[in-house]
Amino acid sequence: MTIDSLIATPSELTDSSNSKTAIVLMTRIRLARNLSSNVFPGWAKPAQREEILTTCRHAVGATAPMRRGLNVSVSELTELEKQILVERHLISRELCGTKAGAGVVISRDQALSVMINEEDHLRIQVLRAGFQLKKAWNAINDLDTALEDQLDYAFSPTLGYMTACPTNLGTAMRASAMMHLPALVIANQMEKVVRAVNQLGMVVRGLFGEGSDASGSIFQISNQTTLGESEEEIIKRLGSVLASIIEHELNAREKLIEADAGKLFDKIGRAYGILQNSHVLSSTEAMNLLSLIRLGIDLNLFPEASRPVVDRLFIEAQPGHLQHTQKAEFEPGQRDLIRATRLRAEFANFTRPDYSSRTAAGPN
Amino acid sequence: MANPLKCDLCSKPATVHLTQIVNNKVHKVDLCEECAQAKGVTDPSGFSLADLLLKASLNPAPTAGAVRCEQCGFTQADFKKHGRFGCPQCYEAFRSIVDPMLDGMHKGPVHRGKVPQKALARKSLHDRLAKLELDLTEAIRTERYEDAARCRDEINQVKQAVAPKPAR
Ligand SMILES: [Zn+2]
Ligand SMILES: [Zn+2]
Repeated sequence: MTIDSLIATPSELTDSSNSKTAIVLMTRIRLARNLSSNVFPGWAKPAQREEILTTCRHAVGATAPMRRGLNVSVSELTELEKQILVERHLISRELCGTKAGAGVVISRDQALSVMINEEDHLRIQVLRAGFQLKKAWNAINDLDTALEDQLDYAFSPTLGYMTACPTNLGTAMRASAMMHLPALVIANQMEKVVRAVNQLGMVVRGLFGEGSDASGSIFQISNQTTLGESEEEIIKRLGSVLASIIEHELNAREKLIEADAGKLFDKIGRAYGILQNSHVLSSTEAMNLLSLIRLGIDLNLFPEASRPVVDRLFIEAQPGHLQHTQKAEFEPGQRDLIRATRLRAEFANFTRPDYSSRTAAGPN
Repeated sequence: MANPLKCDLCSKPATVHLTQIVNNKVHKVDLCEECAQAKGVTDPSGFSLADLLLKASLNPAPTAGAVRCEQCGFTQADFKKHGRFGCPQCYEAFRSIVDPMLDGMHKGPVHRGKVPQKALARKSLHDRLAKLELDLTEAIRTERYEDAARCRDEINQVKQAVAPKPAR
């Protein structure tokens, strides 16, 4: 599979959105693995990196799910192609900036990806649409076990899988969920949630934008610790934290509607108006507007059929995807014009919000 | 105050003070304005405490002289600079700094998850093979031909077991 055909294929994220993915858009699990008796990528000499890259690309490419996928070294990718893979959550920003001797293997359905010579020799990742921690774990566990046929992992009975950074020892597993939490953001409750979640040993990060910027009200919640607990225990703990965040978000939505439905509908209606009519849209503003439309879909103001459109735009309004569609690179200022043009076109035929189902019932 | 706290990351005067409870242990982190900004601490959408704890735990002056990993040449100074180790053996070489660091960073000190059974079984077979080959040489040298024949049979069996299976 070539990078062009991969980019032309919709990803797991944008392909399977439905009402079941309302709050948890996506589940992701990542495993770090290293080869025994080999220096970690950050400390390895160029020749050692190349040797490990060759060994790993071969081993990963030989497994059933990866056999017909994309299998490239990072140096073969253009900056734009790398950015698109980052926006689809298939590779990390760190991998893009690595020295020579790094690579990535991605399955045809873009559900599995393996980064080679990022911080560790292997970073194995699985993506699943919706709240699918168990399915995701089964998939990645199988791939990891298949890789064991050919690779000798660095493993210690006490410290578990040996990783370059001590924060990843043990299971070397980071399980996470991407959550859409607009009501908690509007109600100013995210700070409280973040604190509570931190106390439970989980980390919250904004998903889009740099660092912890949370445009689009999309957050990533993941386990902080990896040693001293089994994979199943971590997944179970994360699952119950996620379930309680879902409950808080649903409560916050109920309260917003009870307190002042008009104010909430005004936000959603304005978002619709701006998306239909604006000529300059920054990435952050676009994410925030799309987030409100998505909330509108959850509240039945828009038809369910509109959901995949919004989820696709969350990805396709990102700079890399925008420039790829235009087949050219643009300055950030120009991108904002192109983004607005693209969203105007998408929203020209987007079904209008219908408030009757909500307002007919009247305040209760 | 007469003696202001210093930033755990860069030693400038600390203005941001954090207390968090992780796994029933109280962790205190003091940061200057810049480092707090850079680490996203001031942002309510969160930051990784583990990362901060790791960096902070590296700051107290190293105890013994220059520890060095025999396998890869990594030094304690390298670790302080990168926050990452050089190779899997480093964990053994730098045990004295790893153990206190792990305390509180994780849920527990010992791995309880998946074990790479196939890779470990293969390794133990390789070790067994190496031992059998030594035994064989010794048996031939001392003219114990019955023992030598038995070693050879066993070596063939083990070799069959370690032969790489075709990928599924
Ligand atoms: Zn500082
Ligand atoms: Zn080492």
